[in-house]
Amino acid sequence: MLTKIILSGFGGQGILFAGKNLALCGMNSGCEISWLPSYGPEMRGGTANCSVCISDDPIGSPLVTVPDIAVVMNTPSFDRFEPVVASGGHLFVDSSMTDRVSARNDIHCHYIAASETAEKNGISGMANIIILGRMIAECKELLPWITVDTVKGAVKGLVSGNKEKLITQNMTALSIGAIGAAS
Amino acid sequence: MERLLMKGNEALAEAAIRAGCKCFFGYPITPQTEISAYFAKNMPKRNGVFLQAESEIAAVNMVLGASAAGVRAMTSSSSPGISLKSEGISYLAASDLPCVIVNVQRGGPGLGGIQPSQSDYFQAVKAAGHGDFHLIVYAPASVQETVDMTYLAFENADRYRMPVMILSDGLLGQMMEPVSFPDTEIKLPEKEWACTGHKHRRTHNIINSLYLQPDMLEKSVNDRFMRYERVKSECTLSEEYLCSDADIVVTAFGASARIARSAVDSARKKGIRAGLFRPKTLYPFPETELKASCRNASAVLCTEMNMGQMVYDIRLILENTLPVEFYGRTGGNIPSPEDILTQIEKMNRRIKGGALSGSSI
Amino acid sequence: MEAVFDRPHALCDVPTHYCPGCTHGIIHRLIAEVLDELDIEGDTVGVCPVGCSVMAYDYFGCDMIEAPHGRAPAVATGVKRASPDKVVFTYQGDGDLAAIGTCETVHAAARRENITVIFINNTTYGMTGGQMAPTTIPGQITQTSPYGRDTAMQGYPIKICEMLAAVDGTAFVQRVSADSVPHILEAKKAIRKAFENQLNGIGFSLVEVLSTCPTNWGMTPSAAMERIRKELIPYYPLGIYKDISNQSK
Repeated sequence: MLTKIILSGFGGQGILFAGKNLALCGMNSGCEISWLPSYGPEMRGGTANCSVCISDDPIGSPLVTVPDIAVVMNTPSFDRFEPVVASGGHLFVDSSMTDRVSARNDIHCHYIAASETAEKNGISGMANIIILGRMIAECKELLPWITVDTVKGAVKGLVSGNKEKLITQNMTALSIGAIGAAS
Repeated sequence: MERLLMKGNEALAEAAIRAGCKCFFGYPITPQTEISAYFAKNMPKRNGVFLQAESEIAAVNMVLGASAAGVRAMTSSSSPGISLKSEGISYLAASDLPCVIVNVQRGGPGLGGIQPSQSDYFQAVKAAGHGDFHLIVYAPASVQETVDMTYLAFENADRYRMPVMILSDGLLGQMMEPVSFPDTEIKLPEKEWACTGHKHRRTHNIINSLYLQPDMLEKSVNDRFMRYERVKSECTLSEEYLCSDADIVVTAFGASARIARSAVDSARKKGIRAGLFRPKTLYPFPETELKASCRNASAVLCTEMNMGQMVYDIRLILENTLPVEFYGRTGGNIPSPEDILTQIEKMNRRIKGGALSGSSI
Repeated sequence: MEAVFDRPHALCDVPTHYCPGCTHGIIHRLIAEVLDELDIEGDTVGVCPVGCSVMAYDYFGCDMIEAPHGRAPAVATGVKRASPDKVVFTYQGDGDLAAIGTCETVHAAARRENITVIFINNTTYGMTGGQMAPTTIPGQITQTSPYGRDTAMQGYPIKICEMLAAVDGTAFVQRVSADSVPHILEAKKAIRKAFENQLNGIGFSLVEVLSTCPTNWGMTPSAAMERIRKELIPYYPLGIYKDISNQSK
């Protein structure tokens, strides 16, 4: 099984971090993974995105062109990636950052006011993790390797500085995200 | 072995340090800068030297000095920077100095772009500088292979006293994959030829590339080319995937080969007998292995992230026994597996229709 | 019988390719004497450049490396960083050091690289047959300034000592001359100091030696020596331009 994910938004929204988190979850579950960031002028305040592949088998192309799951956290990212989500795939939209709505009826669209929610809950900057929480809850079939516990383990491996505080905040964000899930 | 999640560039730097690299000299350029940054952070803690040079030219000449002094030394850059280093690379080769040079390729020519490319194949394999010489050129296709080839690069640089290039690209350098580092203990070879001060116990050592007598220069070049024959028989590496019954053999190196592999898998699912041949060393080129992989093929498709460079070698080696077609993207664009699959399907239709065969070229 | 004058040990007993009357031989000897006096030949690595002194690797007894044109300070940096316990010197001409290698020179100085640089300034490219150099003085006739160096067209010479004295990293810089016995004795002292500085960890030390090129100047050796005194020293004044060796490190 191979799941292809794109995460996108502005630099500073933690797009690359959320992608690394997913990749690390996959690796810790014994999967093959790849994480490929956009780089260059984009990362200097412009839009940023990364491709993450998680698979039971060796990964060929690490560049995701037709994602099974896409996270879009601003309007340019919505415009770029909404049309290319695989039929039957999932689109996660930070609706605090864009008012775009998908007209496609062959994909699952999830609109989450992640940035506002993060702000309200005193964890601003954690919109990415709120969406990650929602994704894990909504995409169990596409991400059978990933649970809240694997994400917690990944966060520990990724954050530096005041680990306890950051881990707590990440956990809060994950559960806020999961609450909004349909199931 | 522990699996770590690392960027290709950082994993390469870590592998170099573990392989005994004592000195790194570099100059910032996207998309290889993480290599310098990793050395900058780690060399002071691990008894090594990191120095940011004033230019790529200075950096490669610092490598020349450190290598002449007998230590394992390395520099890295990206395409435009490798052009600047080519003077030093020629001198290193002519002075029989071991070192490792990394090219994390980006689109060219000129300043080009910063996105991944493979358009320095010719430069790496045919003309890394003026004069008759070669580098051993490794073309990794994954972060793990980048690590493994970095160890090999240092080892073979010393063994054959020649510069070795790792030809990476922006995709392999920037991507993260799980990677583990082998626990091999590194034995550094004695270098009797090095300039370490003679202590009045031997005559002075001279590291030099100047021979004003044509016969002497010719001899030095001939001697070096005899060494390359050893390199050819001892260092050639390649991989074949589903080639034994393949109608269409796709050839690709480095990052392109991963994409081609995905396309080959998709083609197989559609009932097309496709295979992949991947040279892991571009010099020496796995000529015999390529011929063997194509033994049952009707046609060959070469895919590269350039306008067609390795394809010349493929055609030369196959000596017109098979039609060899090319598909490439350039400028920093990365072909998708679907793009390559489309090419395979088109070729397959033409083979079935009798429009593509060895005699058609 | 007691020998009262001999070839320095650090100078190989081989014929050199230098033209008659050229001062390279004198300067080679001074360096070799210093290597002998400080007993460092066995721990020294020399770097010689492209130019007339390209074959100096055959003349000095210590280990030697031939560098690409202009790159000797970078090569020396590599050697010194790899082996800080070795004594490393470069021997460079004006085309090498002050034209194609200006960048490497200035940055080695700025890093206070602990190396010794001997800079031979004879105001011309000798090896290629006497073309205009970065140090060719205004009005000087060369193969590529056949009407004399015209500053309106060809700009001004670079005064390396003055320039490097303005670089914070430079530890020691002195201009000397090889034209006469008193000046040669002074040159020897400067070269010795430049090596001692390295042994004492003081850092980048450069000695510029005003030299002759009788062949390309079209002069007899003695007339060439006279030209140094009459034309070059007034343009390139001798002396110490910077010396931090007495300051605390």
